[in-house]
Amino acid sequence: MSDNLVVRPIVQATALTKQVSTGDEQLTILENINLEVNAGDSVAVVGASGSGKSTLLGLLAGLDTPSSGKVHLDGEDIFLLDEDARAALRGRILGFVFQSFQLLPALTAIENVMLPLELAGISNATTAALELLERVGLGTRLKHYPRQLSGGEQQRVAIARAFVTQPQLLLADEPTGNLDSTTGAQIIELMFELNRERGTTLVLVTHDEAISSRCAWRIRLAGGKVVN
Amino acid sequence: MNIFKLSFRMLRRDWRAGELRVLAFALVIAVGGMTTVGFFADRVQLALSRQGNQLLGADLIIFSDHTLPSQYAEQAKRQRLAISTALKFPSMAAKGDNSLLTEIKAVTAGYPLRGELRISEDFGDTSPRTTRIANAIPAPGSAWVDEKLMIQLALSRGDTIEVGTAHFIVTALITQEPDYSIGFINLRPRVLINTVDLPATGLVQQGSRIGYRLLVSGDSGEVENFRKWAQSRLTLGERIEGIRDARPEIKAALERAEKFLSLAALASVVLAAAAAALAVRRFTQRHLDGCAVMRCLGASQATMLRLYMYHFATLGLIASGAGCLLGFVAQGALAFWLSGLVEAELPWPSVWPAVHGLLTGLVLLLGFALPPLLNLRSVPALRVLRRDIGMSNTHSLTGYALGLAALSVLFLWKAGDVRLGASVMGGFAAAIAVFGLLGFLLVKALSHMRGQTGGALRYGLASIRRRATASVVQAVALGLGLMALLALTLIRDDLLQNWRTSLPPDAPDHFLVNIQADQLEPLAAFFNQHKIAQPPVFPMVRGRLTAVNDKPIASGDYNDIRAKRLVEREFNLSWAQEMPSDNQIIKGHWWKSGDSGKAVMSMEEGIAKTVGVGLGDKLTYDVAGSTFSATITSLRKVDWDTFRVNFFVVTPPGVLEKYPATYITSFHLPPKQMDVTNQLIKAFPNLLVIDVATIINQVHKVIEQVSKAVEFVFLFTLLAGLAVLYAAIASTQDERIHEAAIFRTLGAKRWQLARAWAAEFAILGGLAGLFAAAGASALGYVIGEYALNLTYTFNPSIWLTGVLSGMIGVTAAGLMGTRSALSTPPLITLRNI
Repeated sequence: MSDNLVVRPIVQATALTKQVSTGDEQLTILENINLEVNAGDSVAVVGASGSGKSTLLGLLAGLDTPSSGKVHLDGEDIFLLDEDARAALRGRILGFVFQSFQLLPALTAIENVMLPLELAGISNATTAALELLERVGLGTRLKHYPRQLSGGEQQRVAIARAFVTQPQLLLADEPTGNLDSTTGAQIIELMFELNRERGTTLVLVTHDEAISSRCAWRIRLAGGKVVN
Repeated sequence: MNIFKLSFRMLRRDWRAGELRVLAFALVIAVGGMTTVGFFADRVQLALSRQGNQLLGADLIIFSDHTLPSQYAEQAKRQRLAISTALKFPSMAAKGDNSLLTEIKAVTAGYPLRGELRISEDFGDTSPRTTRIANAIPAPGSAWVDEKLMIQLALSRGDTIEVGTAHFIVTALITQEPDYSIGFINLRPRVLINTVDLPATGLVQQGSRIGYRLLVSGDSGEVENFRKWAQSRLTLGERIEGIRDARPEIKAALERAEKFLSLAALASVVLAAAAAALAVRRFTQRHLDGCAVMRCLGASQATMLRLYMYHFATLGLIASGAGCLLGFVAQGALAFWLSGLVEAELPWPSVWPAVHGLLTGLVLLLGFALPPLLNLRSVPALRVLRRDIGMSNTHSLTGYALGLAALSVLFLWKAGDVRLGASVMGGFAAAIAVFGLLGFLLVKALSHMRGQTGGALRYGLASIRRRATASVVQAVALGLGLMALLALTLIRDDLLQNWRTSLPPDAPDHFLVNIQADQLEPLAAFFNQHKIAQPPVFPMVRGRLTAVNDKPIASGDYNDIRAKRLVEREFNLSWAQEMPSDNQIIKGHWWKSGDSGKAVMSMEEGIAKTVGVGLGDKLTYDVAGSTFSATITSLRKVDWDTFRVNFFVVTPPGVLEKYPATYITSFHLPPKQMDVTNQLIKAFPNLLVIDVATIINQVHKVIEQVSKAVEFVFLFTLLAGLAVLYAAIASTQDERIHEAAIFRTLGAKRWQLARAWAAEFAILGGLAGLFAAAGASALGYVIGEYALNLTYTFNPSIWLTGVLSGMIGVTAAGLMGTRSALSTPPLITLRNI
């Protein structure tokens, strides 16, 4: 890990607020969130259901737009970009792991892992995907479809897909939420291992205190506000 | 990045995963059905016109009043077309002291090029005579004569007749001549001789009234090319005719036949569109998550759009190609199956139906796939975190407008008739709008009924309300599909029936021309004596058009050859109080009973157009040296294929009676009484008997063949209808699997779910049936009335048929289609969510 990676903020949120209108009412989901995550850090966003964790993650990734406030990803003010430019930025520096895996059912394990590389027009997608699937322990399940894999295996494929583009920042949304505790623990172990190996920055949304304690620091949300 | 490669790979993956089967199935069936219709219609139309050409003796004839320039024959030879020539002229034929004005026809080898020339060597009084097809033309020095000449000159086989300065031995009796019926005028007794004998007659001289004909036949495309080539080179006195120009009856029958077949093809286009729209809708629904993931992984909107455009274009090409292949195979099977039914051997189809099918498949797919695709590219990436976020429907309306526009172009193109295409297309567009609106209202109304019902029905109503948009789309698509099928059934049964009854088996098949006023009574007695029903007799006055609005006219005033001929010739004018039942007023009004003696007239619209006159124009005729003027107060459309006596110009009674008139009638003569014509000719030698039985038979055959073809084509439309049904059921399949899993986990039994779904499908089917019945009745009326000129009578049973077939069909198909949803173990489903 080089020194400049440690000091440079990879993601920075400034006065981030998200409101939605439900009928006549304005509902504030996130209010004035400020945070800075430096390259190489691991951050857990914790809080009860409905506290705004996933909304924050969506905003940090530029999947959603805030009511006010800014997000800088790798130094770039992402809400000054249009949706396509944000997508390109995501493709370049972000990796995702979701609670519901989000594998494409029509694609085999290896094809799912190859997809982000193919979308980015990278030529040796097969080799890279193969290498990562072996790394996550699915070297023998390459041609299996998601429905032929267990939940834990599907999440491993998703992790391989997240790391295959060598992202600078990995965003994980309740990665163990759909798994039993043993499998969940294995998945978390795997994610942290890869994170260490590849020097990736990690932002992890969870309501599991045990998992969050493995991260370098925590942001606790309650009622849309940072409470710690 | 090579998006095309990626999209092709995704296409393969989607295909492997079974994602595209519904869409591909719909496309293959649709394009397959359509190309089958196209190929078959093409072949049948070729066969029909070739059969029609048998009446002409050729595919095309160039007529001329002077020796035809050799360029026509040379060009025909260059195009590898078969040719033959014929010369016709009036001349006296004599046996001893008896002589008679006849029509001499001199022909060259090969005559006739189409149809049959039948002769008999049996000159006795026996009826019927034994006849055979002449496989050659009369040998030099011999002549073949028709029955009229045989009777009037009392000829026997081997007798010698004198024509001009030549002598001929009569060797055969002509019993059927293919081009006999062209033109009713000047039907004199006929003599057929070999062209090599012409010089010996000494009759072909400068100033002789000779009609020259070049008969041409061959490959239909080449004949058409030749026609185009020759058309531009015709000089004064030359004209070109195919069967359509020559016989209005056959022309009308053929045109109707073509319209029937294109209607069947059009119905499958609509079904294809509905199936494609449903299938693509399902495809996009199933790809929402995938698209959101890809957006999340960095794909731009443009990338997504290109990805799916390539994806669908490739799918469209492959599926349409497969459809064309299927169409080709199916039409082969059809031709084989119909080989005993269609008398004429079916010629090979052209490649155009395949090109049309391919293009149609692509246009349909893109027209109806594009709107959901446009939406797909803008799926919010946030959906990866929040599954409740779907896609916006902003492009749906504009998108489907594009599909509809594409479909309209296809319609106009396939119908080849703007009026027919526009009425069908307008009908469907209006149907979509009305069905959609009604659907929403009915779904809303039905959902209020939920509280008053119980059990399966209540659940069914709840499902319909929950899937309101999907339910309306399903009902509209199914309604459209059923409407096409019902309309086609109506058209097939009711309209074909009307067509048949317009030409009943006892339709008049003989015309009697030149009846004198003093012969009316003896003729009535003759009919009585031979137990033939008294036919209506029509007066006929011959007059030449000399002025329009008091301005003298001459043939030189017209450029159109037909108009020139009309002005040079005498018109047949008649009078009547009532309008004939097979006539229809297009403009103006028929006269009332008090209008007798008024100088007004009703004119056939086609003639009026050719001569360039309309309502309010005053026409002056020269009738036997005196002039007669009348103003046009109505224009009529005449059904020429009813074979009744019809006139271009009719006046009220009390206008033409003072001019010398002859009478004309038409009657039906059963085949057993054919010898009556001989006795008629003997009793009234001045009468012209015109036998149109052959033509009537041809028209009957056309009707029968078209009926069978339409029935067959209907099978394919039915298949396309099944594709719609399948696609409609499949469109909510995923939701149902999910629903079944939850319900069964909560303890619902399979039969409980099946009953609830059956209720939902029955409601949907009933709605669709209701829509279809209303739409089909309207469409049947519009098409019958405005496009095919057949009266359409409303059929009340269609409502019951529509609703019942909708309910039963959709329920049965729905339950079959959801079998797998019921049998999938809930755990497997829930694990995949």
